[in-house]
Amino acid sequence: MPTRILTVAFQEFRIGLRNRWIMLAALILAAFSLALALLGSAPAGTLGVDRMTITIASLATLSVYLVPLIALLLAFDAVAGEIDRGTLLLVFSCPISRAEFLLGKALGHVCVLALALLFGYGVTAGLLIASGAGTFAGLADFARLIASSVLLGFAFLAVGYTLSSLTRQSSTAAALSIGVWLVLVVLYDLALLGALVADSSGTFAAKVFPFAILANPADAFRLFNLAALNASDLVGGMAGVGETLPFPPVAALASIFAFAALAMSLAIVLVRRIAP
Amino acid sequence: MTPAALTLDGITKTFDKRPAVNGVGFTLEAGERIALLGHNGAGKTTLFKMILGFLQPDTGQIRIFGAEPGSAAARNAIAYLPEAVAFHKSLTGEEVLRFYARLKSEDPAAAVKLLERVGLGEAGRRRVGGYSKGMRQRLGLAQALIGNPRLVLLDEPTSGLDPISRQNFYEIIDEVAARGATVLLSSHALTEVEAKTDRIMILSKGKLVANDTLLSLREAAGLPIRLKVQGAADNADEIASRLGGKRINCRSVELLCTPSDKVSQLAAITALGPLIADVDVSLPSLDDVYRHFSGVTAKEG
Repeated sequence: MPTRILTVAFQEFRIGLRNRWIMLAALILAAFSLALALLGSAPAGTLGVDRMTITIASLATLSVYLVPLIALLLAFDAVAGEIDRGTLLLVFSCPISRAEFLLGKALGHVCVLALALLFGYGVTAGLLIASGAGTFAGLADFARLIASSVLLGFAFLAVGYTLSSLTRQSSTAAALSIGVWLVLVVLYDLALLGALVADSSGTFAAKVFPFAILANPADAFRLFNLAALNASDLVGGMAGVGETLPFPPVAALASIFAFAALAMSLAIVLVRRIAP
Repeated sequence: MTPAALTLDGITKTFDKRPAVNGVGFTLEAGERIALLGHNGAGKTTLFKMILGFLQPDTGQIRIFGAEPGSAAARNAIAYLPEAVAFHKSLTGEEVLRFYARLKSEDPAAAVKLLERVGLGEAGRRRVGGYSKGMRQRLGLAQALIGNPRLVLLDEPTSGLDPISRQNFYEIIDEVAARGATVLLSSHALTEVEAKTDRIMILSKGKLVANDTLLSLREAAGLPIRLKVQGAADNADEIASRLGGKRINCRSVELLCTPSDKVSQLAAITALGPLIADVDVSLPSLDDVYRHFSGVTAKEG
């Protein structure tokens, strides 16, 4: 029943508002994005490139780090915390299915994340518009950035739920979440770069590398956004590969979605097996 | 004939080769108030979890109004209060009740009115984080009363309640039972449930060792009445030789007798006249009855 999913979602959203999670996440996003917009765009003026575009390119990189972290912090407690408090017993004794419970949590957390992103990045967009640096096309880029950030967040929320139902202990789930963040967001890229450097024949770069990027939602997210901006030559780095990939950038978006769906299904399977 | 509220038949559950619940079977009828007693680890919570469908019994069958545990029909009929539940600290009492009412597809406004019934009317708009243990327990009870459930399972509901709250708690239980609901509550002490329930079941090491009214249990236990006779001087040996019984110290003698012998035994004591300074009569306490059945200590007498 969708009403039960909405009930759980609304409760999560209310808790997010109440314990100031939304405010905190929004403030962090706003602070970082303003810093990037105000300081990072200084050299762009001489290049004659739209200031808004380069800001969005910077924000995409910011999202890669911050959004997964916020999502994991929201999600790690979702199942394990309820087991600790004894409320999972109570909820599961009500006529709600376990899938409904988890989908409700996800919906609530996605709304929390969306609101935080909308506020955090919205402040920056507003500032750029007000200072005369923005265009309406730029606003569409902002909307795409926020929407794809929400999708990225959903993927990591699902990872968080999986860890939470797997460990059944809040503290262990928290530690694992940080570990997953470190591996997927930081170490994965380093490993890919290392492999690229070590690979002299070029087979890795041509055959494995593009798909390795697709497989990680954080990299897929960056690829999609930078490719969509046509900003790869501005930002350089890994985004430069966008043009040489054997698939269109939209495939990256589909890949994030598939990852999220897979992780969410895994979390539902795991939460069904829990005897609270 | 309508099916019984709850039927358990030959339920066994083993964890790591250690039987947690061993061949338990009983039937609860509509409107009954039943106490399930057992020491910590006797298998009470395991039994509840099997009734709720969270755990599968290794053998045996459970039926809730004829339905399987965990089925939609069973979950709609059952209300449950887990042991030591802690609702989210940043929500208010009213928000908690509305949330569970919606999960149970019941009217949230009617659920909020239950706060008055459990004595939390004023605290309803405050956050649960500031509630005392007794208030949290009462909020849990209000949650279990949402939407007139037909079978109410309460896991150690009165632990941590002060005597007045406990009395108030049993008044509510009486009302619920009067409406025709079956109430099964667990506790680790017979003194806590006293005569407030229709029937008492005692679980010991996973086995159901008693299932009867308190009065019948007292009789079946046949525990002796304890008479403690205190001599006027250091004459315990003399008293013991004339009455029988066991010498405790140089002034006191302890006698055990059955309820039917009590009066004649007292007459024999008073006949000793000036040798006696005091007599103390102690009936077997509820704890004694409980200990007798659960076999926690060696049997006396």
